[in-house]
Amino acid sequence: MQNRPVGDVAACAIDSHGESMTYNRKERDTVMTILELQKMANEVRKGIVTGVHSAKAGHPGGSLSAADVFTYLYFQEMNIDPKNPKDPDRDRFVLSKGHNAPGYYSAMAHRGYFPVEDLVTLRHTGSHLQGHPCMQHIAGIDMSSGSLGQGISAAVGMALAGKMDQKSYRVYTLLGDGEIQEGQVWEAAMFAGHRKLDNLCVIVDNNGLQIDGKIEDVCSPYPIDTKFEAFNFYVINVADGNDMQQLADAFAEARTVKGMPTAIIMKTVKGKGVSFMEGQAGWHGKAPNDEEYAIAMADLEKVGEALCQK
Amino acid sequence: MSEVKKIATRQSYGEALAELGKEHENLVVLDADLANATKTDTFKKVFPERHIDCGIAECNMMGIAAGLSTTGKVPFVSTFAMFASGRAYEQVRNSIGYPHLNVKIGATHAGISVGEDGASHQCNEDLALMREIPGMVVINPSDDIEAKAAVKAAYEHEGPVYLRFGRLAVPVINDNPDYKFEIGKGVVLKEGTDVTIIATGLCVGSALDAAEMLEKDGVSAQVVNIHTIKPLDEELVVACAKKTGKVVTVEEHSVIGGLGSAVCDTLCAKAPTQVLKIGVQDVFGESGPAVELLKKYKLDGAGVYEQVKAWV
Repeated sequence: MQNRPVGDVAACAIDSHGESMTYNRKERDTVMTILELQKMANEVRKGIVTGVHSAKAGHPGGSLSAADVFTYLYFQEMNIDPKNPKDPDRDRFVLSKGHNAPGYYSAMAHRGYFPVEDLVTLRHTGSHLQGHPCMQHIAGIDMSSGSLGQGISAAVGMALAGKMDQKSYRVYTLLGDGEIQEGQVWEAAMFAGHRKLDNLCVIVDNNGLQIDGKIEDVCSPYPIDTKFEAFNFYVINVADGNDMQQLADAFAEARTVKGMPTAIIMKTVKGKGVSFMEGQAGWHGKAPNDEEYAIAMADLEKVGEALCQK
Repeated sequence: MSEVKKIATRQSYGEALAELGKEHENLVVLDADLANATKTDTFKKVFPERHIDCGIAECNMMGIAAGLSTTGKVPFVSTFAMFASGRAYEQVRNSIGYPHLNVKIGATHAGISVGEDGASHQCNEDLALMREIPGMVVINPSDDIEAKAAVKAAYEHEGPVYLRFGRLAVPVINDNPDYKFEIGKGVVLKEGTDVTIIATGLCVGSALDAAEMLEKDGVSAQVVNIHTIKPLDEELVVACAKKTGKVVTVEEHSVIGGLGSAVCDTLCAKAPTQVLKIGVQDVFGESGPAVELLKKYKLDGAGVYEQVKAWV
């Protein structure tokens, strides 16, 4: 596990509008504290709710369940530089569950790939923030995605290229637990296991819900961990994927794995952070109205205030 | 005809890859358990470390190629046309076409000339499927010379390219010192005044044979080889239509959506002309020796001649 300094930043240095949030690795070589990451994840959540509300469409549920992992990847785990998004040696990320673009964009914006203010243009005509990620619109998006099951294959291709070229970069890809019902996921997993791609880290956001209901009621993908094990993956189960410390431990462990790809299966809460969205399949792909938006933002403000008390 | 050299364009594909691989280290080849049939084994023998067998999983293979291309590699993804354009259509569309990635799809065993394997493996729909993807270049070479030139041009072109190759050995018709391949440029193989026969792929040979037979009947046919279905050489197609007044298209592909449709799309807007579309007439193929099938489906020289003669 990497060393994490205890917060030397003023507890409430992060303002709620996100304007002073842009994090630049070049300026700060030190890692962020767990508390700072938690605060950032809360800002990412505000960006999700704001973007989806402005779009009057989009996918808040899975974006919120994955907000912590987006934050961890973009602010801590990955070797990336928003000012040099095409660096051939950078770590890569593929959002295989592309409908969680609101979460992805919010993390990227806060990380400095584009202005946080752009988040309100989500899904608007002419915006670079397309409903699903498009690499031609935003430098820093490593792969276009949206059609489920396909992103993982591209991530496998990137990892394979890294091995062929003897590069040290790592490749991360985030999948939904409903998404793994797609057969292509297992074609990709078989290949990655066969090729021993230990530079590949597959993350499954196990929030337990898909559009039509509970994943075990629709078409159960369980057990997920032993499936990946059967495909020659090293599997890390994370009991609470909305717990930053548990994510930190899991990604640190993944880095130690040699000779096989890693799958991090993380239990999360769909809609995490917004009271009325938590655990509700109905908020998979629905935007809050003005009233709901106000409640959601108030919920997140409360979380933020609580974090400031720490 | 017995002295004419015959080579299957899939053979040309494998040889061209092995040759290009020497010049370009970033060229990689992917296959899905068909290296012996697609002839990428020719490349594999020389560059085993750059030949990636993905197993029987074409959808994943397209995605892997997409991922590889984002790192600067130039992947040639190889499988039968049925699986490249059919099974993996959406992967080609969304993971390669939409992000406009630099992936080349080498699709072999296209059309009914697959022969004995029958309809399940005879893809007569690939040109239609690939042509409608924005930014996709679609090339259907007519012989060995053209196939090799097309592979080279595809490598040099930045963006996705679909290359269509055949299983059957076909006559070498472009073996002349003046031959030049350019993506999107049709080739006039024979001048004529009464009708223009626009052909693609192995049907170019049939068109030339048919034109010879028509000449004896006093019908002067212009013969045009359209190796690039997209972007279509619209200028040439319009000029031919204006010159001869009548146009025939010939392809080893469904008459719906392929060369014939592409030509009609252009002509209806720019030079309304009567067009006879010769091809597979909205039916599935069947098992049989390739040469017999081409005869049965009237795609050989005699079949094309008969249909043009009856129509002109």
